[in-house]
Amino acid sequence: MDIIVCVKWVPDTSEADLAIAGGAKDIKKDDLDHDINDWDRFAVEEAVQIKEKVGGKVTVVSVAPEDAEEMLRESLARGADEAFHLWDDAFEGSDGYAVATILAKFIKDRPFDLILTGTLADDDCSGQVGGMLAAMLGVPNAVLVSSIEFLDRKVKFKKELEGGLYEAVEMDLPAQLSVATGLNEPRFVSIRAVRKVASAEIPVIDCGELGLDESQVGPQGSKIQVEEVAMPPEGEGAEIIGGGAEEAAGRLAEILKEKGGIG
Amino acid sequence: MTLLEPADVPIAGIPAYIVALIILTLALCFFAFVMYRRIDLLRRGMPDPRFSDIGERIKLALVYGFGQYRQPRYLGAGVLHILLFAGFMILSLRSLTLIGLGFSPDFHLPLLTGSAAFAYEVLKDYVVLMVLAVCIICIVRRAVFTPARYDHPGGKGHGSEAYVILGLVSALMITDMVFDGSALKQNGAQGHALFFPAASIGALFMPEKGSQALNYLHIGGYWAHILVFFGLLNFLPISKHFHVITAIPNVFFSNLNKGAIKPVECGVDDWMELPECGVGHFERFTWKHILDFYSCADCGRCSDNCPATTVGRTLSPKMISIKARDFAYEHYPIFGAEKDRSKIQFTGDVVTGDEIWACTTCGACEAECPILIEYIDKIVDMRRYLIDQGDVPQSLQKPMQQIKKKGNAYGGSKAKRAAWTKDLEGVEVRELKKGEAADLLFFVDSCGSFDPRIQEISKSFARILTASGSDFGILGADETDSGNEIRRLGEEGLFEQVCQKNIAAFLERDFKEIVTFDPHAFNTIRNDYPEKFPIVHASQLMARLVRNGRLSFTGDYVQGKVVTYHDPCYLGRHNGIYEDPRFVLGRIPGIRLREMERSRSRSFCCSGGGLLLWYENEQERERMGEVRVKMASEVGAEIVVTACPFCLINLEDAIKTTGNEGKMEVVDLVELVDRSLGTHARE
Repeated sequence: MDIIVCVKWVPDTSEADLAIAGGAKDIKKDDLDHDINDWDRFAVEEAVQIKEKVGGKVTVVSVAPEDAEEMLRESLARGADEAFHLWDDAFEGSDGYAVATILAKFIKDRPFDLILTGTLADDDCSGQVGGMLAAMLGVPNAVLVSSIEFLDRKVKFKKELEGGLYEAVEMDLPAQLSVATGLNEPRFVSIRAVRKVASAEIPVIDCGELGLDESQVGPQGSKIQVEEVAMPPEGEGAEIIGGGAEEAAGRLAEILKEKGGIG
Repeated sequence: MTLLEPADVPIAGIPAYIVALIILTLALCFFAFVMYRRIDLLRRGMPDPRFSDIGERIKLALVYGFGQYRQPRYLGAGVLHILLFAGFMILSLRSLTLIGLGFSPDFHLPLLTGSAAFAYEVLKDYVVLMVLAVCIICIVRRAVFTPARYDHPGGKGHGSEAYVILGLVSALMITDMVFDGSALKQNGAQGHALFFPAASIGALFMPEKGSQALNYLHIGGYWAHILVFFGLLNFLPISKHFHVITAIPNVFFSNLNKGAIKPVECGVDDWMELPECGVGHFERFTWKHILDFYSCADCGRCSDNCPATTVGRTLSPKMISIKARDFAYEHYPIFGAEKDRSKIQFTGDVVTGDEIWACTTCGACEAECPILIEYIDKIVDMRRYLIDQGDVPQSLQKPMQQIKKKGNAYGGSKAKRAAWTKDLEGVEVRELKKGEAADLLFFVDSCGSFDPRIQEISKSFARILTASGSDFGILGADETDSGNEIRRLGEEGLFEQVCQKNIAAFLERDFKEIVTFDPHAFNTIRNDYPEKFPIVHASQLMARLVRNGRLSFTGDYVQGKVVTYHDPCYLGRHNGIYEDPRFVLGRIPGIRLREMERSRSRSFCCSGGGLLLWYENEQERERMGEVRVKMASEVGAEIVVTACPFCLINLEDAIKTTGNEGKMEVVDLVELVDRSLGTHARE
């Protein structure tokens, strides 16, 4: 089973003070730590677990700036067999469509049975790349996928629906699946594990080597233009519920009823 | 007719000395072979340098081995054990003499002649009776009043072996009484009861003087004694009573580096290149750790004091020793080939991940073990293996990743490490830049920098340092997590990174000593860091400042309330600091200090610090902190004082969940001192 996993390098905004920058088109990212998109971590782990079960090869690829090598190396330490780093200054400012174009170009001539991505990215939450990549490569796609199994040349999996429902799906290979978080328990990648793959080569491939024209990538190759990024307006103050346990619980139940939290 | 002695009477036509020689040879050969097999397995363990500081080791052997220093921590069982041990020591001379009597009726040990021999005979006779009495008490105690600590949670034990041993020891005493009693009866000496009570009691049951039966009993008692003696000797190394032989060596070779964690592999610098990191296979334990397994007597004092066992986690330290010893005896048998170990993974199958992650490294087990068996290093070694396999509870992965990325488990940005200093009124906290100097380097650690509750302790400490006129500064953005829990969770590579960053930051600044209020940071900087820096805990510094008259207190905050002090594991057990916090507390006017039953080295861990704040255990019935709060309410405490920020968090939560809110509060010693500062000190 040859699996290609596409991963994204995203800023960690969880504990940061966010500021708007870049002419109100983006957040200020210089001071932010970056890491692999959490959804994609599950995708890499799933690929490695599949390989451990049925054999094959796992390739990790990312369209990301230089610093992201760390993420690719960590993926190798997690058990991927090879990693490719697609980067060119011209890629800066690519939207989901342009990123899918770059990835599709890279993948097109490679053998693969399965492409895994995370369903969403932690930063822009667009959820575009997986589907568009599948369309460009002419393979079927599904999102929010878990419980992946194989049967002959088919893949069987579950797909999350609204209201806690699952849909069981069967699909022909090759296919592209965008995974849900929590479909596995990602293993811990220790410093020693990363050290072991320290000398593994991670080729950096630029626009030209991919055979892409600069007009196909970056803002020029994008279909979406960001108008403005803004902080949400400050909301009304939260209500601090005082009083004893009984009183507080009563008030809480009241609010939840009022707002439709409970029936 | 005089009584014939054993050496004079042939057995089945074979001269007695030949019989004695055959028994002696067979018994010693068997014993030597068993010991060789046991030692052979030790030799296959990993290296562990335990031959340094011989003087200190002899002292340990005298105090904890021969002195049985820790036995009375369990008073009843301890006294019984001391009596039994003393009996063994005294009667060992008797046993040698008896072996010799098989060769010659006049055998005696050198120097043991004349009045010395008589004195020893008298002593021996009392001791025989004492040992017999102790054995009977022990049998009854075990059978009727079985202490809970003899249970074997999650496994099977060797309780029945105790009866075998007690039975054999009793048989030794009784055969001795028969041997000596028959002689006493024959010689007809009256009035000897005072000198030879055991023999006199034996004589009561003897047949008539001069009878053939009496002679049979004399000879039979002797040979029975010899057989039981060698039977017992050979039973020791195949049972849990191996400790009779290994306990004193075990104490002699015990760990001298208190508070520190052992290297991944002793004598190996580049451990990253090792094929296996930590202990996955049994032979990856060090020889000393295997000796620990041999030496465990299943007494259960470790588990009886283990907070994880108490709250229902699957960990029971004693079971680790028992399971490991069973594994060793099964797979490396005395006779026959080694068993195939390819289908069983020691770490994971024999000792499970749940057990391994359940440990808070509080050290209660190690503080209790009468023969100084180590547990923390073994747990850490097994964690190192699991970490290397990527097998780590999800709840611990995120905080570890955060430390790797940002130098703290809270996910706060490095740049904001000193943000807590901004809203301090009238107190200036200097961020020491490279090359700058201060008397004290205040190591805040991640918790004091990022946890909003613990930031309050940081602020209090800054106020105290200012009030006492101390010249101090912090590292600010150049500070990294101390790494105490990183190391204890087994992520050695990450520990090396954080400790090297801190060491570099220390070396770039000029200070007289480091001070921290977090015992975890204190412990790892003091004991684990390869580069040594002078460091004191806040409680030590405050005690010094009080002694120097630079701090004084009012009773305004305490107002005569009942206060109890909770000893943090990493301050007390791991670093022996029990008195300084109590000294500081004692200087607060009107304070009513009451000790909990479990205090000092028996303090009860409130569930661990550092990254363990994130750890979720699914098996526990209640929180350790809740158990501790109940202990505090038993002594009527209105204020629980601790000297560790993590204890504060755990206990504050527990006060809420046990419904003690409003009745009891918990404060850090630093906060209590801050709130009790005398006005002149504040100026």
